[in-house]
Amino acid sequence: MEWLLSLTPDFILEFALEFWGWLPMWLQVLAENMLYIVMIMVPLMLCVAYVTYAERKIIGYMQVRLGPNRVGPKGWLQPIADAVKLMFKEVIIPTNSNKFLFLFAPILTLGPALAAWAVIPFFDGVQLSNLNAGLLYILALTSMGVYGVIIAGWSSNSKYAILGALRSAAQVVAYEIAMGFALVGVLMAAGSLNLGDIIARQAGGFTSWFWLPLFPLLAVYFISGVAETNRAPFDVAEGESEIVAGFHVDYSGMAFAVFFLAEYANIILIAALTSLMFFGGWMSPFGSMADHALLGDGTHWFILKTMFFIYMFLWFRATFPRYRYDQIMRLGWKVFIPVTIVWIFVEAVMVVMQWGPWAVETVAAVGGA
Amino acid sequence: MMTLEMLNLSIAMPEMFLLALACTVLVVDVYLKDSQRNVTYMLSQLGLIITLILISQQTPQNNEWTRELAFNGLFVNDLLATVLKYAVVLLVAIVFVYSRRYLQDRNIFKGEFYVLGLFGLLGMMVMISANHFLSMYLGLELLSLSLYAMVAFDRENPNAAEAAMKYFVLGAIASGMLLYGMSMVYGMTGSLNIVEVAVALDQMEGDNIVLIFGLVFMVIGISFKLGAVPFHMWIPDVYHGSPTTVTSYIATAPKVAGFAMVIRLLAESMGSFQADWQGMMIILAVLSMAVGNVIAIAQTNLKRLLAYSTISHVGFIMLGLLAGNQEGYSAAMFYTLTYTLMSLGGFGIIILLTRKGFEADNINDLKGLNQRSPWFAFIMLIVVFSMAGVPPTVGFWAKLAVLKAVVNIDMLWLALVAVFFSIIGIFYYLRIIKLMYFDDAEDKSEINCTRDMQIALSANGLSVLMLGLYPAALMSICIAAFS
Amino acid sequence: MTFFEVVFYAFSTLMVVAALGVVSARNPVHSVLFLVLTFFAGSAIWLLLEAEFLAITLVLVYVGAVMVLFLFVVMMLDINITRMREGLMRYAPFGIAIAILLIVQMIMVVGPENFGLQAFAAPELHGADYSNTKELGRVLYTDYVYAFELASVILLVAIVAAITLTMRRRPNTRHQIPGEQMKVMKQDRLRIVNMKSETIDSEDK
Repeated sequence: MEWLLSLTPDFILEFALEFWGWLPMWLQVLAENMLYIVMIMVPLMLCVAYVTYAERKIIGYMQVRLGPNRVGPKGWLQPIADAVKLMFKEVIIPTNSNKFLFLFAPILTLGPALAAWAVIPFFDGVQLSNLNAGLLYILALTSMGVYGVIIAGWSSNSKYAILGALRSAAQVVAYEIAMGFALVGVLMAAGSLNLGDIIARQAGGFTSWFWLPLFPLLAVYFISGVAETNRAPFDVAEGESEIVAGFHVDYSGMAFAVFFLAEYANIILIAALTSLMFFGGWMSPFGSMADHALLGDGTHWFILKTMFFIYMFLWFRATFPRYRYDQIMRLGWKVFIPVTIVWIFVEAVMVVMQWGPWAVETVAAVGGA
Repeated sequence: MMTLEMLNLSIAMPEMFLLALACTVLVVDVYLKDSQRNVTYMLSQLGLIITLILISQQTPQNNEWTRELAFNGLFVNDLLATVLKYAVVLLVAIVFVYSRRYLQDRNIFKGEFYVLGLFGLLGMMVMISANHFLSMYLGLELLSLSLYAMVAFDRENPNAAEAAMKYFVLGAIASGMLLYGMSMVYGMTGSLNIVEVAVALDQMEGDNIVLIFGLVFMVIGISFKLGAVPFHMWIPDVYHGSPTTVTSYIATAPKVAGFAMVIRLLAESMGSFQADWQGMMIILAVLSMAVGNVIAIAQTNLKRLLAYSTISHVGFIMLGLLAGNQEGYSAAMFYTLTYTLMSLGGFGIIILLTRKGFEADNINDLKGLNQRSPWFAFIMLIVVFSMAGVPPTVGFWAKLAVLKAVVNIDMLWLALVAVFFSIIGIFYYLRIIKLMYFDDAEDKSEINCTRDMQIALSANGLSVLMLGLYPAALMSICIAAFS
Repeated sequence: MTFFEVVFYAFSTLMVVAALGVVSARNPVHSVLFLVLTFFAGSAIWLLLEAEFLAITLVLVYVGAVMVLFLFVVMMLDINITRMREGLMRYAPFGIAIAILLIVQMIMVVGPENFGLQAFAAPELHGADYSNTKELGRVLYTDYVYAFELASVILLVAIVAAITLTMRRRPNTRHQIPGEQMKVMKQDRLRIVNMKSETIDSEDK
């Protein structure tokens, strides 16, 4: 046991560094990135768990109920208990279903929702990957999520499930166009597809964020986001009153839990993106006036803004009755898409004529695009 | 940095106007009631007249034609382009005149016919002015896509749906072939610009298997679009299945654009490979003349008969093209322009004889046309004589010109083969004349049609005769286009 | 083999396997899903070529929208696979012969002999500040603006054609007129009837 004494903290650190240097380059890069991914994923997963708790609590209060309050102090341990319960439940695979696709579908829903966080800047330069085409990457990934829903519905081999899947497919394709156009407005305003640049272009406080000049696009984007995540009032893909629970009616246990996680991960993602694109991300609303640690720019602003938009999701759910299916389609195709096209046109004119926020001096002041 | 002026937009004025016109018609038509569709028609015709005026503005100073480029070399304007554009716009305008009553009788008098027709016309003009493989391909696709939709336009008719399906599938394959060939040529020359490709090919020495491969694919694609045997399978079905007005559209203006495609792709860019494509074209031409003329004899449907006649005429056009010199090209151009005029007249007569609920597309429907309307029987006589190549109609001069071009490159045997097959062809043309003049009419109902159609059809038929009496003017334009 | 080559071969193998899956899968839905995988592998190869705009757009447009609609349609079709495969064995020898002929020709023509690294040097790698999106946009809106506009016209024609061929006005379909709905007043729908209040006592009698 003598050798144990030589294991001083200094020695361990030295050894670790030595070991690190001895690793091949690609493994170092891999390990480093893995570490960052874990650093993003773990808090995110915790957030997801507690958003479910927040949802039940908030909607509870809105409906003059208490919400979960038994497990742990004030119900704080409720999400943990739910997770444990779901983990130990049996995953039932329906007969005549395609087993591989049936189990693959939930992963396919969760994957894109998590992968999109790779390009989200938490602070100036603090992001996993500074992709030039970050905005496109986000769009591509959010458009992928629907596959999980469709495959789940199809592979369950059940009519309710497939009805839910079909509804979801049509709905997501319809709203994706409006969403894409809304982001086209953002990239025109920022002159870049890079998320870091988009935030940098919004420097200067509350009034210089994009929500003001792009207000119609903000509205379209956020509502489309609600529709893309299949949340109330656009949750006809689940539609428990007519098609039981839609695409995930046949899922149980952990497979169901993954769908659940994906839904909330998507909510957080849409909320985060809205705050990035239209509300300046980690920028402080007080602009350059504030030098104080808390009032100045910082990740806490990003988190606050994101939380506000998550709250909006919950608020919607407690407030609005569900849309009928044809109304959803009408809103997407006949209202949102024309609105975005018109506003992109207006914006293009403003950019070319250098009006409003695109005046030469403003662009020069923030470093331009 | 580049500016808008560098695009040299002014020489593409007719195309830009046509695009604006098509979009305007599309939007205006949405707000019209079914009873007001004539507004769409009038607007389209007015626009076509303005387009013609704009094309005539392109005449250069000092009567000296040069190749003027626009859009960074993707677009070219020269005498050839101007003449062919005149032809396509005129042909489409006449097709529109012919089509109005026919469409009204069948309850398909809708704005989309004119919108798609105008977009197809735009595609043809883009092809005619293409100086780049990209613009050629895009023009071709624009034309084809409009045509597919027009063929299926009469939705209640299962024949039309079948024809559209066949046309679409085969047309898509042909486009793929063409594109594949182009990509091979691009791989070897490093350019898609027709002039640059020609320069690059001139500097290459020896046989290059990739280029030959690309050339074969391009020739196949082109033959598909022109309808040369053995790539002709779609023509009879499409001519037969689509509404007759659409047939008259497909059978006329797109052939002119197809001619331009051959000139731009084979003559202008692959000129140094002339020996290679000449051999392929000889086979295509002989087969087309043989199959077209022989199978036409067995047809009882007038539209199918004209389809096979088209195939044989494509063979003749190819005779001129394969000569590969100025004489041959101008002969082929003369042939193409005059043939489209005859073809338009032939389909005009079919449209004239149709009425509500009755398609006059059986050959027996022509019986005793002389008793019913001596004037239109005479018009049909001119058209049919011209197709058969009987003097003094223009078809005679056209055939003579291409045969002369072939003889002048020492291919007398090919000329003899062509003469042989055109003699076979005369048989079925004469049968039409016999039916019109020497048989009694089974259906003695009166021919009623609008005044504008009567005037246009008469002018159409008489122009075939007049061009036959005075071919020199058109011929000299065709020669000038290639000098 | 460099890391680059490993990635390239991994994705190209995946692409070929997935493409084979598209044509050989028994179930059309599986075919579509294989096609999605093919697009993914293709997009990864484009990323290796530093064409990130094309790569992501491929995923965004084809995987995210086009294939979703494909799946949508294929899932609703009731395809009888055995009937579809009836003629397969009869034509198989012919098809295989043509395929082999084509492959041999392709290898002769597009093989390394003509398109190898000797004939064409590998493209230079760009720095980290290179933006494929910007470069594409610059070329697309200047040198090739004519082709770009033409492509947009083709898309417009496709829309017109699709609507022409499919949209029919059926007189007896039920549909909403939101404008009319909005105009509805309370008095149009609601009738307040005055009734005498009744009590339990009167009911009993």
